[in-house]
Amino acid sequence: METRTNTLDVKKIRQDFPILQREVHPGVPLVYLDSTATSQKPAQVIDAMDRYYRYTNANIHRGIHVLAEESTADYEAARQKVAQFIGAESPRQVIFTRNTTESINLVAYSWGRRHLNKGDVIILTEMEHHSNLVPWQMLAQERELRLEFIPVTEDGLLDLTAYPALLDFKPRMVAFTQMSNVLGTINPAKDMIALAHQAGAITLVDAAQSAPHLPVDVQDLDADFFAFSAHKMCGPTGIGVLYGKKELLESMPPFLGGGDMIKRVQLRSFAPNELPHKFEAGTPSIAEAIGLGAAVDYLTEIGMDKVESHEKEIIAYALERLEEIPGVKVFGPEAAKKGGVASFTLSSIHPHDVSQILDRHGIAIRAGHHCAMPLHEKFGLPATARASFYLYSTREEVDKLADSLYEVRKIFGM
Amino acid sequence: MDDLYREIIIDRYKNPIYRGSVNPHDIAFEDDNPLCGDHIRIEVRVNENGIVEQAAFDGHGCAISQAAADLLMETIIGKTIEEVKQITKDDILDMLGLELGPVRLKCALLSLKVLKAGVYGLGEATDDLVE
Ligand SMILES: Cc1ncc(COP(=O)(O)O)c(C=O)c1O
Repeated sequence: METRTNTLDVKKIRQDFPILQREVHPGVPLVYLDSTATSQKPAQVIDAMDRYYRYTNANIHRGIHVLAEESTADYEAARQKVAQFIGAESPRQVIFTRNTTESINLVAYSWGRRHLNKGDVIILTEMEHHSNLVPWQMLAQERELRLEFIPVTEDGLLDLTAYPALLDFKPRMVAFTQMSNVLGTINPAKDMIALAHQAGAITLVDAAQSAPHLPVDVQDLDADFFAFSAHKMCGPTGIGVLYGKKELLESMPPFLGGGDMIKRVQLRSFAPNELPHKFEAGTPSIAEAIGLGAAVDYLTEIGMDKVESHEKEIIAYALERLEEIPGVKVFGPEAAKKGGVASFTLSSIHPHDVSQILDRHGIAIRAGHHCAMPLHEKFGLPATARASFYLYSTREEVDKLADSLYEVRKIFGM
Repeated sequence: MDDLYREIIIDRYKNPIYRGSVNPHDIAFEDDNPLCGDHIRIEVRVNENGIVEQAAFDGHGCAISQAAADLLMETIIGKTIEEVKQITKDDILDMLGLELGPVRLKCALLSLKVLKAGVYGLGEATDDLVE
């Protein structure tokens, strides 16, 4: 049973995360199993941001003084690091946004409004996070578009047998998550994109969960748009990324107007700036971009393949421990087909109650619909409890989770 | 050990006394807490003197939301509508014997919110009813 295949030094990694050293109640250490919502941050990231504010802080671009030049260089270096991390051809294709949600909205507003008209079809899936659902619903309402959905099977996979028939509608856009934040399902993005392209569609990959947890390569995937958030991958909140193919980004009108996104402004007109600045109006989150750059350095040094295999091992063990507990039902596919996410119910006990009791033991999980109400409706549940794992998660933490779930049963008289 | 799950809460959650419906009723209202999917419906009958004669709730959700609803029904029976209007957040917390963080507070106060929206004859249950 104890075959340890990964080579991550988790003990050493945990030392990098100051928050993992804290107690959440007197004498009760933190067991953080909520990384799918947001990850913890290593000292390397916190220090990079701290250093920026203590030493380099200045507004970027246009300033001709040492601080302005250094901060501009650091901000653009972060963009370069991100480009490399996702395998983009050029850093010009990496646009800094606030988060995944804003990245997707940017595409819906700018690309969608320019290219989509009444009757056009957009394909989504039933496992989307609200952030890859609502922007398209808003656009569909405005432009009278049609939304179609790839169904989810009982075992939490996309039912791809339904996909070809949907592609026969000649969709203009296929937008889907590469990894579900509820089921953990890892979708075959590369194949789905290839099929979409054959049908003449543009693709958007919601990489909010995949970029932090798997090696990703936008060119290998041939993704047209690719969106993710720094805060789920050891970076700070307030910064996210939209990658896009150059011709697409160039064909799109600006999203927000203001400083930085322009080349020239006259009283009644403007000429937009080049990529990526065209989509970065106003003073951006400079410290956060630098923090993201540090997070990318951190993950790259460890190796995303090792992060992935560590999580595979943890989730396999977690499923084994959870499924042995009477009354526990875990949603989603078998461990081999998913990332480090386990959404579950425990008999008829409400997930809030489960989470509250686990919290007494220092265990942080999430309870609710995880911003995927339609998916929960599909499974006939108002809410689930979700434990999720990352590079700092340990088997001992899984054991604490399992032991505490027995305790929940006891409190509820089971 | 777990003060949040004092016996009364688990007991009222598992064996509610006032779960059901009131027929006929004078006041009925329902709402849910979209954060967690808790749902509460409350029905109340008021006699000619403006006193609550019967009250019941139905719905589903976490132990705290359901136990709070059951205890609230018990509290209002025999009270005048004017007295019911005076019930506050603190009364609910006293009843439960709990201190709750902002997320769980919403669970505990859902039934009061629903009750007040019904009593005031409002179209919508809003948070300011229980602040
Ligand atoms: C799959 C998925 N998509 C999108 C998002 C939205 O990310 P953010 O809130 O950072 O915009 C999340 C975060 O929960 C997610 O898990």
